[in-house]
Amino acid sequence: MVLSSTIGRSVPRREGAAKVTGAARYTDDLVIPGAWYGKTVRSTVPRGRLRSITLDPAFDWSRVVVVTADDIPGDNVVQLIRDDQPVLAPNGGEIRHKEEPILLLAAADRGTLEEASGHIRIEIEPLRPVYALEEATEVFTTLEITKGKVVEDLEDMEVVERTFRVGLQEQLYIEPQGAIAIPEANGAIRIIGSLQCPYYVHRALKRALKLSDQQAIVVQAETGGGFGGKEEYPSIVAVHAALLARKAGRPVRLIYDRHEDLAATTKRHPGVITHRTAVKKDGTLVSQDIEIVLDGGAYCTLTPVVLSRAAIHAAGAYSCPNVRIRARAVATNTPPNGAFRGFGAPQSLFAAELMVEHVAERLGMSSVDLRRKWMLRLGDTTATGQVLNESVGSELVLDAALKAVPTAQPLNRRTARHGRGLSLVFHGSGFTGSGEKKLQGTIGFEALADGTFRILTASTEIGQGTKTIFCQLAADALGVGLDKVILAPQDTSLVPDSGPTVASRTAMIVGRLVQEAAAEVKERLKREKAPLRLEKSYFQPDSIHWDETNYRGDAYPVYAWACTITDVEVDMTTGEVRVTDLVTAVDCGKALHPVMAEGQIEGGCLQAVGWATIEEIKMKDGGYQNDRLATYLIPTALDAPRIRTILVENPYSRGPFGAKGIGELPMDGPAPAIIAAIHDATGIWLDEIPATPEKVLAACASR
Amino acid sequence: MRFTLNGREISCEGSGARRLLDVLREDLGATGTKEGCGEGECGACSVLIDGQVVDSCLVAVGQVEGRDVVTVEGLALQDGKLSQLQQAFIEYGAAQCGICTPGMLLAAHVLLEQSRRLTADDVREGLAGNLCRCTGYTKIIDAVLSCTK
Repeated sequence: MVLSSTIGRSVPRREGAAKVTGAARYTDDLVIPGAWYGKTVRSTVPRGRLRSITLDPAFDWSRVVVVTADDIPGDNVVQLIRDDQPVLAPNGGEIRHKEEPILLLAAADRGTLEEASGHIRIEIEPLRPVYALEEATEVFTTLEITKGKVVEDLEDMEVVERTFRVGLQEQLYIEPQGAIAIPEANGAIRIIGSLQCPYYVHRALKRALKLSDQQAIVVQAETGGGFGGKEEYPSIVAVHAALLARKAGRPVRLIYDRHEDLAATTKRHPGVITHRTAVKKDGTLVSQDIEIVLDGGAYCTLTPVVLSRAAIHAAGAYSCPNVRIRARAVATNTPPNGAFRGFGAPQSLFAAELMVEHVAERLGMSSVDLRRKWMLRLGDTTATGQVLNESVGSELVLDAALKAVPTAQPLNRRTARHGRGLSLVFHGSGFTGSGEKKLQGTIGFEALADGTFRILTASTEIGQGTKTIFCQLAADALGVGLDKVILAPQDTSLVPDSGPTVASRTAMIVGRLVQEAAAEVKERLKREKAPLRLEKSYFQPDSIHWDETNYRGDAYPVYAWACTITDVEVDMTTGEVRVTDLVTAVDCGKALHPVMAEGQIEGGCLQAVGWATIEEIKMKDGGYQNDRLATYLIPTALDAPRIRTILVENPYSRGPFGAKGIGELPMDGPAPAIIAAIHDATGIWLDEIPATPEKVLAACASR
Repeated sequence: MRFTLNGREISCEGSGARRLLDVLREDLGATGTKEGCGEGECGACSVLIDGQVVDSCLVAVGQVEGRDVVTVEGLALQDGKLSQLQQAFIEYGAAQCGICTPGMLLAAHVLLEQSRRLTADDVREGLAGNLCRCTGYTKIIDAVLSCTK
């Protein structure tokens, strides 16, 4: 019997039935007998020196377990890039942000926890905090990308200079952070949690709790959204839960409520980006001089990698002979910023796309024509000197979006004005530079004696469809039905490290390994008998070159492309901006599962609409003022435009069936398109998002 | 306290001041109902009380005395098969991470009970109390509208 391939067909989601019946078990749904509840006690000051922790002798402390920095058996460090972030603030150590963890409590019930936390006195000697990015003196990292020479002799040229600002954004996965730690035999600790990257947590546990590879066990529960927010932060939650469980000698559940999650966990990096662009009168792009400053918050987290992705995308999807990009990330006494879908690229592409608009306006040209003139095409060279030799979809997506452009909607209110904007963006799929080569992501693949096949990866399902797509890829390569393929649980004691579920890499990089492993198993079964098992690791082709020191070469294996057109209505009385329509054409290489590809794109676009219009975090004394869901607003079904996705298939030779990573790309395009649409509607140019009613009205008034 | 949960008679002990959400999840094992914010903003904990969509994080269990409570666990058909709406959620890709799905299904279920002649705008309005961060809502709306046919 010949089975037809499921690639390109929208088969039912693997865990779909469990999710629509309530049977899917998320971390907080798990019943763990004898488990206590954990709680994190945090700093209420933005900066200071921890002088003392006093437990009120009037309280019966035998009812609770208290963990301080002194109880950490290993290094008091959250394992990531730089060893600057403590697991818990040490006595005498510097506290660098509000909500910084100081001590941990566990008790049999929540009431005792609350009671106990009222009997702790923490003395902190205040130090002067730095909040503003402009005032920051501590620099986490800097980098420079140069191509050609920035043109200083600007005679006969138009020079446009503009500065843009982007704000904080919360990932707002609907399931808050949480982990359960369970002590096991031989000093092992099992973590079950809501997380994207089991092996990040594994490394963090080993380091802080001084555990061996086998003693640290990390299992992903069903996870209610991530968007980068569950890339690095779960390491902190898990280590905290593990410390409590170790001391209590029993399982401990550490589940954040929404308020704590909003107040304490990482956000998208805010930034200031300045462009100075020189063009000839006919629109020829001559020179781009770009400066990026990102606010990393109090600790380094993943900031250097975020800055790197921001810088590499900063020139936009355009070909320019002379480019200089100077980027730096600074420290402030605000909660650390971290991974969030797009990872720096939405910030820098926002500025790059609006620069096209400003240059077009200066020249009196259509910005679409200018994009057509500037855009990277096959054979062109990016800012890092990468020659684009395949799957360049710039023109395809621009044409597809323009062709599908919506007809203007009738206005709802007499006071509203209508406008339309467009953006063209690209996004590198997979890790930056030599990331994949260094990581050597590995998967396992088994042919079992009963005729089924098992995929072993640490790549997580966080809603994007990993489980379904991996099974499709394996089934197709084997020529068997989907029902013959199963997935091992994302449990570090069972599966190899296929790398973190980040960077638009899972379907493209790990998916390709699944496809190759399955094909190899099929070959071997012609000569051998099941059961058999093999492992497959990423192999970097010789054609990819990256010079980390000078930021030259092939920054990404390939890029995905998107053109987005948005329609907005601006209420001239209230200043309210409503996105009424959104069309996005995406070059995804190949849509392995069209419904899931569209779903990813639509969700990413709406997250970007929120970032551009209503999602604003107001700061007060180094903390977030609106740290509740009643005050931090995200788009509802009523706020959301109907999003139309056009999938453009432009295969990439090393992607599975030609697929490219598209998880982050949809976050890049909508914001600049919305700001251009607001200009089209009102004549004002906003340089900053979100485009709140206050900003719109102020800009209209000063016009 | 007595009430019906998904057609079953329930009697439970303890304080009537406890959140219905906690009683459902912790005492009755109905963990399909999720806590997303605990303050009635996200709709992840939506349940039906006498056919109305309610955030169970804002309801004390004492308030449901003698009433009829339906959670996501009660949406499948009597023979255990998925309902048309549940099927549509899978088929249209309306569930991604799935954490908002139980609440979303209940809100959509009520809409469809009220009328089978729904427009996209009706569905948007009916689901406005349930936040989803994965889908952009387009596929959820399509799934609900497919059940009106």
